[in-house]
Amino acid sequence: MSRFKDKGGKSTPPISTASLPDIIFMLLFFFMVTTVMRETDLLVKITLPEATEVTKLEDKALVDYIYVGPPSNKALGTEPMMQLNDQFAKLEEIDPWVKANEERRDEVLRPKITRSLKVDKDTYMKFVTDVKQELRKSNALKINYSTAQGR
Amino acid sequence: MLKRRKTAGVQEINAGSMADIAFLLLIFFLVTTTMDTDAGILRLLPPIVEDQIDPDIVKERNVYIVLVNDADQLLVEGKPMDIKDLREGAKEFMTNPNNSEDLPEKVRITAAVCSQKIAEFKSGVASAADPKDKQAYEDLAEKWEGKLDAVKLLGEFSELPGSAVISLQTGSKTSYNMYVKVQNELEAGIDELREGLSKDKFDRPFSSLDDKNEDDKPLIKAVRLVFPQRISEAEPVEVKK
Repeated sequence: MSRFKDKGGKSTPPISTASLPDIIFMLLFFFMVTTVMRETDLLVKITLPEATEVTKLEDKALVDYIYVGPPSNKALGTEPMMQLNDQFAKLEEIDPWVKANEERRDEVLRPKITRSLKVDKDTYMKFVTDVKQELRKSNALKINYSTAQGR
Repeated sequence: MLKRRKTAGVQEINAGSMADIAFLLLIFFLVTTTMDTDAGILRLLPPIVEDQIDPDIVKERNVYIVLVNDADQLLVEGKPMDIKDLREGAKEFMTNPNNSEDLPEKVRITAAVCSQKIAEFKSGVASAADPKDKQAYEDLAEKWEGKLDAVKLLGEFSELPGSAVISLQTGSKTSYNMYVKVQNELEAGIDELREGLSKDKFDRPFSSLDDKNEDDKPLIKAVRLVFPQRISEAEPVEVKK
């Protein structure tokens, strides 16, 4: 009677998906660890200029950012302003800012700190030159003009 | 004697949806992650000089003057120029292909010249009494040894004079966009020259050389020696009205 019983039991068993969550979790942890949430809220609007000959900044831990651009808050006008950390700053505040940032880093790493200038492309050079002069005065000579990758 | 039903224990939680939950989180992080590393044009500012000494008189032909006015127009070596010609201009300045009178005079560097200079400065080190002089001689000898290394790798080459520099000045109302564009073009010109030289001599592009690789380091050094990146950020000049 059971001569023609189907042999379903011998067909290839389905692939076990039990380990799928583990794989996904692994990916998840990878992204969780690599994700850098932005530390500061931008108070200025910045459209970076485009350039083709760019160098990538290798060590993020050794980069400090200076933001320059028109304030996001329209009530503050349209003249470019500078943001250090998470607040607006005047030119004179660059020097203490540089010192504070050097202070919290290891002594041997201090000469390697790069200051990345994230400047809106419509800013007048006067402002940028002033910032550069201040940086020179505080002996922060390694700078980077942050740009977007051009075609 | 009722046979007791076998207790099922605590019901096992169905883990089938675990993957879905993990997926959801994964997608969230995928979307929020910004992998962009900050990129840009790296520059080294000149240190501030306390007491202003008169700068060395640099021959006019050794300076490539790029001026950008408030209307974002270029004046290069006294002539108006379009931004798209700047790259070629910078290359011409760096190479001086026709040995023109108003472009930098190139110095031919050969192994013989290097050895002679090294011997000269080495003897200088031996005879110098003042430790300051000694140091100066040592530095010079080292510099020429670097050149000798370059000759070994590249063969004879013409070197730009030490004072050759591209000077970039901007008006106070020049837009930052234009400034970056100009910087970019100048850099592109130098990069193209380096690429060309590297392809010519080493049969591989300059960008493929890795400065963390010990074998590539001398190659990079040699190419940089022939085509140094000397873009000067000029002292801001107060505009007199």
